Amino acid sequence: MFRRLFTLCLLVVVVMGVMPRHSQAQDSVSITYFTFSAAPDHLEDLDTIIAAFEAENPTINVEVETAPFADYFTLLQGDFVADDAPDVFELNYENFVTYAANDVLLDLSASLSADAPYYSAALGAFQYEGAQLALPESFSTVLLFYNADLFDQAGLEYPTAEWTWVEAMEAGKAIRALGDDTWGIYSPVQFWEFYKKAGQNDCSFFNEDMSESTINSPECVEALETMMSLIDEDVMPDPVEQAGVSPEELFQNGQVGMLVTGIWMFGAFAELPFNWDVQLEPGLAHKGHHFFANGVAVAKSTEHPAEAAAWAQYLTSSEVAANVRVTSGWELPALDKPEYFATYLEQTPPTNRAAVFQSLESPIVPPVIVRQNEMQDSVNALLEAVVNGELDAQTALDLAKEELDGFLEE
Amino acid sequence: MVGEVGLRKWGWVAFFLAPSLVGLLVFVLGPILSSLGLTLFEWNLLKDPQFIGLDNFKELYHDKDFWIAFRHTLTFIAYYIPAVLLTALITALLLNQRLRGVSFFRTAFFVPVVASWVVVAVIWKWIFNPRFGLLNFLLAKIGIEGPAWLFDPDTALYAIIITSVWKDTGFVAVMLLAGLQNIPETYYEAAKIDGAHSWQRLRYITLPLLTPSIFFALIISLINSFQVFEQAWLMPERFARSGTSVVVEQIVRNAFSYSRMGYAATMSWVLFAVIFAITFIQIRLQKRWVNYDI
Repeated sequence: MFRRLFTLCLLVVVVMGVMPRHSQAQDSVSITYFTFSAAPDHLEDLDTIIAAFEAENPTINVEVETAPFADYFTLLQGDFVADDAPDVFELNYENFVTYAANDVLLDLSASLSADAPYYSAALGAFQYEGAQLALPESFSTVLLFYNADLFDQAGLEYPTAEWTWVEAMEAGKAIRALGDDTWGIYSPVQFWEFYKKAGQNDCSFFNEDMSESTINSPECVEALETMMSLIDEDVMPDPVEQAGVSPEELFQNGQVGMLVTGIWMFGAFAELPFNWDVQLEPGLAHKGHHFFANGVAVAKSTEHPAEAAAWAQYLTSSEVAANVRVTSGWELPALDKPEYFATYLEQTPPTNRAAVFQSLESPIVPPVIVRQNEMQDSVNALLEAVVNGELDAQTALDLAKEELDGFLEE
Repeated sequence: MVGEVGLRKWGWVAFFLAPSLVGLLVFVLGPILSSLGLTLFEWNLLKDPQFIGLDNFKELYHDKDFWIAFRHTLTFIAYYIPAVLLTALITALLLNQRLRGVSFFRTAFFVPVVASWVVVAVIWKWIFNPRFGLLNFLLAKIGIEGPAWLFDPDTALYAIIITSVWKDTGFVAVMLLAGLQNIPETYYEAAKIDGAHSWQRLRYITLPLLTPSIFFALIISLINSFQVFEQAWLMPERFARSGTSVVVEQIVRNAFSYSRMGYAATMSWVLFAVIFAITFIQIRLQKRWVNYDI
């Protein structure tokens, strides 16, 4: 009986093995696209873009796979380990270098149309050692959001595009004087804010040839001291005074006059019961704004490089894709085509949406190394020690230099 | 099948065991053994693993973040184990009384055990909130200015210990309650006839006869507390994290944030070795204090 059962199992396995796995037409090509930004809110928008692409390219079929951002990179690495990488996939700028340095991305230079209307800074951000290893898909930035009603109550003029942190501090003190639970400014003390403020003060975390960290230069120390002065001068709450309330909640509660945060908050702040607007962020030695970018890459291992590259370019630069993104509020395409953004600029609040595009004149991209997450955690831990009063700015950045130099060596 | 012998019988045994045995080999034993091999490699998941000999162990020896996390883990254990055993013992003694509605209390004390750490963390983050929290509000009522708890690296670990004791008391209490109910009533009756009062009955009958259960609870709690992670990950505010990093958190960061699989595997095996050694010593020492003669 055992022998008969064993033979039966074997037969089932053999039959399953010889059955055809795909019944699709031979002349059609399927490519997989893995995304974190589409799900859950923009899957229909992505379908619209795919339908337009497939109509123009009837032999290419795009299959979508999604994952939430928190799990995305673990799953993507798992796919690479299993030798089952998606043909096309999203990469944020911070992770781009890790993948580029590990030689798993296809060079798209040859297939890129000369007239593709990308922002040149965005296109340059996804180049690695002279090769175009991803295409910029979308960008985002951070601005100064301000509560116009609190400015009125304090008898202040609204922030202007020329403000430095000196003017912001003065206005912040006047708003702070309005009440015990009213704060002047909130500008987070963390890695992403620090590299930007350092950039505003002509400091970079690394020298040009990336052989050494310069994070403890006098300009960086001054930038960090300026950030800390907001807490020291009692214009911004310290962590205990903040007591777990997020900066965005403070702004929504009308408890903070100025908030440095991302343009992705436009939607969440749309219905606030007070007047608010945005302005360029105050500068130090000069202006400087975040330039966050997501890109689309093609796996070097893809069996369909031409089709995958065509989809990557269509998704990132076609007019259809740009219109879908702008009208649905799904991040802004990184394209130098002002006419694509007309409907975006008409929406209010905020009234001064033009500041989003003005910020592109002073972009600061994140410092990026292969051991990116370790660098971010390390710098964040030292900044936390400064906020807790355990280290001064100079000592913290001297320690940061040691750690960052170590990450470069290995 | 019944009555079959020799190879034929073992064929059937293997056939029926195969589904779970294959799962165990492929998904448990295989990965455990490969993680041991991985300690000798550097592997970022994107490139093929590179053999680096004992470099991961050398790096770990000099890794100050790991040893700080190890010290925090030991501090957690030093306070958590006595506290959870004591509160669980008191709870078990109370739940062992013949009282009306005792089943309700037995269930109620077990609710935190089955609650998700995410839920527990949200509740206790509110309780420990220095401005809006219940605990500092009550302390203020009696004239004490409470600390910043989860906002301060010096106090955050203690807040986590208190929460862990609250959550796990029911689990340990159930183990001790089972032990209490195994103690024959006749011992207490004889002691009463001899004039022993309640403290003497606890000291000379209950505690000695409960030592097997206490020993079991100690071993389980010790192993669990070396692997403390969820509460240390979820509870402290960002600015207090320097005071609450624990070993498993370091493993998770290195594996899934820094993509250093070989190094994370090395940390895991060092943690395993420590747990194994301490558990082995505990088992050897049990002869001195655990009483199995009921």
